[in-house]
Amino acid sequence: MKKILILCAALAVLGAVAIAGSTITIKGSDTLVRLGQRWAEVYMQHNKDVVIQVSGGGSGTGIAALLNGATDVCEASRDMKEKEYKLAAEKGIEPYRVSVALDGIAVYLHETNPVKELTFAQLKGIYTGAITNWTELGGPDARIIVYGRENNSGTYAFFKEHVLDEEDYTEYTQTLPGTAAVVNAVSKDPNGIGYGGIAWATGVKDAAIKKTDDDEAVLPTMESVSNGTYPISRDLYWFFSGNPEGELKKLVNWALSEEGQKVAQEMDYVPLSKEKAAENMVD
Amino acid sequence: MRELKFKPKSKLREFLGEKFIAVNAMVALIAILLIFVFIFKEALPVFTDPEVQEEASVGKMLFKQEYYEGRDPKFSWQPNSEVPKFSLYPLFLGTIKAALIAMLVAIPLGVGSAIYSSEFAGRRTREIIKPAIEMLAAIPSVVLGFFALMILATFLQDTFGLLFRLNAINAGIALGLAVVPIIFTVAEDAMTSVPRELRDAAIALGANPWQVSITMVLPAAMPGIAAGIVLGFGRAVGETMIVLMASGNAAIVSGSFVESIRTFSATIAAELAEVVFGDTHYTVLFFIGSLLFIFTFIINLAGDMILDRLKHRLQGKTR
Repeated sequence: MKKILILCAALAVLGAVAIAGSTITIKGSDTLVRLGQRWAEVYMQHNKDVVIQVSGGGSGTGIAALLNGATDVCEASRDMKEKEYKLAAEKGIEPYRVSVALDGIAVYLHETNPVKELTFAQLKGIYTGAITNWTELGGPDARIIVYGRENNSGTYAFFKEHVLDEEDYTEYTQTLPGTAAVVNAVSKDPNGIGYGGIAWATGVKDAAIKKTDDDEAVLPTMESVSNGTYPISRDLYWFFSGNPEGELKKLVNWALSEEGQKVAQEMDYVPLSKEKAAENMVD
Repeated sequence: MRELKFKPKSKLREFLGEKFIAVNAMVALIAILLIFVFIFKEALPVFTDPEVQEEASVGKMLFKQEYYEGRDPKFSWQPNSEVPKFSLYPLFLGTIKAALIAMLVAIPLGVGSAIYSSEFAGRRTREIIKPAIEMLAAIPSVVLGFFALMILATFLQDTFGLLFRLNAINAGIALGLAVVPIIFTVAEDAMTSVPRELRDAAIALGANPWQVSITMVLPAAMPGIAAGIVLGFGRAVGETMIVLMASGNAAIVSGSFVESIRTFSATIAAELAEVVFGDTHYTVLFFIGSLLFIFTFIINLAGDMILDRLKHRLQGKTR
């Protein structure tokens, strides 16, 4: 009898610990999954009683999971679509959106290429195959060799959506696995053009980008993405169902803190400006 | 009485031992069967699911499609598009181009070195050449691909002034290097297994070594060489990593060999990892996988049958 009592007590203690040590699930964007994992690791080191599980699957998958109540945090590299907001309303969920980091795409040119600036219209022309020669852009008389990413990458989708207005890439786009491969290819190709993460340009030069002819062309840097002047950039979001409270609130505010944003920068994401990060904190 | 060297121990143990080995032998067979069933099951919606067929029926994958009203119909592989396009023709063209170049490289190299090694090389030279060529097969294809991507492509572009650095020729040559050991091994094997009596007879009739090998051994071993070429072609079509790295992966419809290509195998490797489970794109990739599977299966079967027939012929048996 005594043994059973002790056992029961032990179980009760264990159960209490399990309840106190909460589990948080994070799911969604493959662009963000690396950062989410790193954040979780660092956060768990500080808070031993919290368990955070991070998985990818894509922004759409993450949003679906949030709406189904299958995850606490949804990572997304895009805003929710109207359809998804409507679905959320039907389910009685009020999605709470926080921008947690930034992401920018640089356009690479060969170092000898005289072209320095490109507009969105020119980029779209190049990547849809309407512009095929550098003379049309003030460069030498040479065919433009177009490099891009594989069609499963987030960068591919972001560039397609932002710059190509969802039109198809030209069939002459050579697709390469990873930003490093694109940088390498452009560095070896005087007539090449490619795109990928910012702060990657070694052996190639970044093109300054302007949205329209009237705008100022901006080079991609951590600062220009951070302050929103570089045009090919986007927010990376965390979505919650309803206002985050308790441990979730602690987690998101930590991610937005100086320490959390430093982690983001170390992982090659662009941190939010200090003011914006403070503004985004949940109170 | 002398003791027997082998004592009948336990019948049961022997029985179990034999069965255990038999099971091991069956595993490969079962694995192939299961892979076959799995891949085809995943590709089946192409034939049965109307939702999938709307975007990718067999007809849509094979023939030109008018994707946008008013624009010319064309072949296009753009699976992640507002209007997904699943034409297999550009991929087929790319696969064939790469395999063709690979064979142009590998047949002379493979067959030539096989003749030299089996007929003309001294024992010492042969002991160096043979393992050296077979070592080519041991080089991981990712290393060959990297070599083609970084060094061969630059060399070809600088030498011939090519517009596209990564193209069918670049990928084909690297692919050819991977195919050489297959052709070499099978062809060399076939030539060395031509019976001594045949050679001796030819020499007795006054033939010199060149005449012996060209007029006697080569024709006798021809089916073996053919089998090597067929098996090599199967490898060239199925090989993935080299083409993924060295071909540029652009699904272009053109007859040019100096433009980039995208092959079936590289398409699967590049796209399958991130595709949404069960949707049209996923199904089409498995359909491509099925095509590759069937193709390499037939190629390998044909190669084996040719070799089998050769063995019978060289042993003087008729079927």
